[in-house]
Amino acid sequence: MSSASRLLAIVKKEVRQLRRDRLTFGMIFGLPIIQILMFGYAINTDVRNLKTAVANQADTHLSRQFIAELRQTQIVEVVATADTAGALEDMLRRGDISIGVYIPHDFDRRVIDQDRAAVHLLVDGTDPTILGVANQLRSMPIRFDTTVRPTQRQGLLEVRPYYNPERRTPVNIVPGLMGIILLMTMMLFTAVAIVRERERGNLELLINTPLSSAELMVGKVAPYILIGLVQLALILGVGQLLFDVPVRGSIVDLYIAGSAFIAANLALGLLISTATYTQFQAMQMTVFILMPSILLSGFMFPFDGMPFIAQKIGEILPTTHFIRLTRGIMLRDASIWELRPDLLYLVGFTVVAMTIASMRFTKRLD
Amino acid sequence: MNSELAIEARGLSKHFGAVRAVSSLDLDVPRGQIYGFLGPNGSGKSTTIRMLCGLLTPTEGSARVLETEVPEDAKSLRPRIGYMTQRFSLFGDLTVYENLQFIAEIYSYPAVDRKARIEELLDKYDLERQRDQMAGTMSGGQRQRLGLACAVLHHPELLLLDEPTSAVDPQSRRDFWSNLFRLAQGGTTILVSTHYMDEAERCHRLAILDRGVKVADGTPQELQKQTGMHIIEVIAHDPYAAQAAIQPLPEVASVTQLGVRLRVLIPESTADPVALIEQALRAQNVQASTAITTATLEDVFVAVTMKPTEEGA
Repeated sequence: MSSASRLLAIVKKEVRQLRRDRLTFGMIFGLPIIQILMFGYAINTDVRNLKTAVANQADTHLSRQFIAELRQTQIVEVVATADTAGALEDMLRRGDISIGVYIPHDFDRRVIDQDRAAVHLLVDGTDPTILGVANQLRSMPIRFDTTVRPTQRQGLLEVRPYYNPERRTPVNIVPGLMGIILLMTMMLFTAVAIVRERERGNLELLINTPLSSAELMVGKVAPYILIGLVQLALILGVGQLLFDVPVRGSIVDLYIAGSAFIAANLALGLLISTATYTQFQAMQMTVFILMPSILLSGFMFPFDGMPFIAQKIGEILPTTHFIRLTRGIMLRDASIWELRPDLLYLVGFTVVAMTIASMRFTKRLD
Repeated sequence: MNSELAIEARGLSKHFGAVRAVSSLDLDVPRGQIYGFLGPNGSGKSTTIRMLCGLLTPTEGSARVLETEVPEDAKSLRPRIGYMTQRFSLFGDLTVYENLQFIAEIYSYPAVDRKARIEELLDKYDLERQRDQMAGTMSGGQRQRLGLACAVLHHPELLLLDEPTSAVDPQSRRDFWSNLFRLAQGGTTILVSTHYMDEAERCHRLAILDRGVKVADGTPQELQKQTGMHIIEVIAHDPYAAQAAIQPLPEVASVTQLGVRLRVLIPESTADPVALIEQALRAQNVQASTAITTATLEDVFVAVTMKPTEEGA
């Protein structure tokens, strides 16, 4: 009874302080919107208009036709011409172009001769995405119009893209981004929560009151659960409105997953709070966790393609499991029951982190 | 007999690594009195107070506070003590009223009486006009009054005050002390640390701490009688020359200048201190009048805090 009222006192105080901290309050709503706009518009793995230069030494009807077809793909944008392969290499090195198309003088003969490559693509391999796109160009058919086309053999494999047939990047990004934004705000706010009181001297007063560690911890994070759920709604709304990101599964399932993830992040933040002595240290710790969460969670790179060690680290991070949940529910219409291992991990993580945090936070100064 | 003591500590020590912040401190604080801790910065006052309320674990020794073993049972003690930290530790981004309200809720003050108690405190501690002001924007004196109001809100039996007046003006200090006397009158035991002599003199009893060691304790009057020193006051037109004449004497323990006056401390074992000083002054041709006088608390403080160096020499 008195424990509940003490808890409520902390919650009330936190909300009051938060409401007066205009900057933080603005961040709660501003951060998700700015992030989603930034990621939604800027990140695009569907690459087009790569700067290209052509060195056409053959200069035949067929070679010119080939270049025209190349342009039509819209993957390349021919910005320059060159005379030699060496000139293409120079442009590549200077960064003027991403792709150099070298057509040797015996192009026509090479097209007939199946053993030798007819065209050389000089590709800036510093960005693997560009290399991947260049590889797509290899499948372009080039034939003399006069030759009888052999009946196109049906490929051994046929690709049928599920869930995102138009291959729109935001559809992939937004569910993952939800994880990153929630992680960032939830973890940061709670990481500084206890440390700030320590720095301002409030903690010495608080620990001399009948307030228990658990009451203080729970009371401080409770308001943020609600804030996290509001953020979740905000990201979903903007994602749907601007980028047409679907929610194919149940919204209830999504909110169950969201609540578990928010709890995990708050527990993580509290753990950081009890392990650091200044707000600056707490900030550093959050960045330390944020980086692998962005890179190893499957948000940026396909999880299965990562090295063994990176996958193991990724498995520890709550964000990895949440992104699996959101992509599953939002894009593949999976139910939370089908995805229960990831949900269970988040719940387990919360319990463990919260227990350690409460244990670490002794009501002493030494 | 023991129940007459609010605080009873035996051999209390706290070491931070190689630093001995407090060394084997014995302490008896009677109930209903204002007990002072006098000592310079770093003498172990804050550390002792923190050990007494269970914030720090003693390296050695034990303490009983209000018949409760500390730090073992510090939890059950918390509702019965009030603690005011050296630094302002209330919430700067909450108003005066909200701070008091928060403290009342934390201490589970009966909800029906809560409002009346807060109004009473606002009135008693002259915070009526600041009621809706953010605590962070208040003056030092106002903050200190709010700190005290919050510390006493739940009617604690024991009040621990860690240098409560170090950041306030003399008038606020006077007002603060009249508040303390009122509380003591009402039966609250108060342990207050200070480095001001005038405040120490107002305490019923006090202990002088120096480098973590208690060098003296008793009532201010007892301490003044037991300095073990003759106090000689020298009034000279040229106090600098007088000091130069007196200081080299091997019997002289300390010389302190106060305007044109010098206060000279000479151990009681010296037979005729006035004659000794007059002789030294004549030898240097310094015009001065010399008289024996009674010890002030400052003389006590000087006398007891220099003992360790004497032993070391």
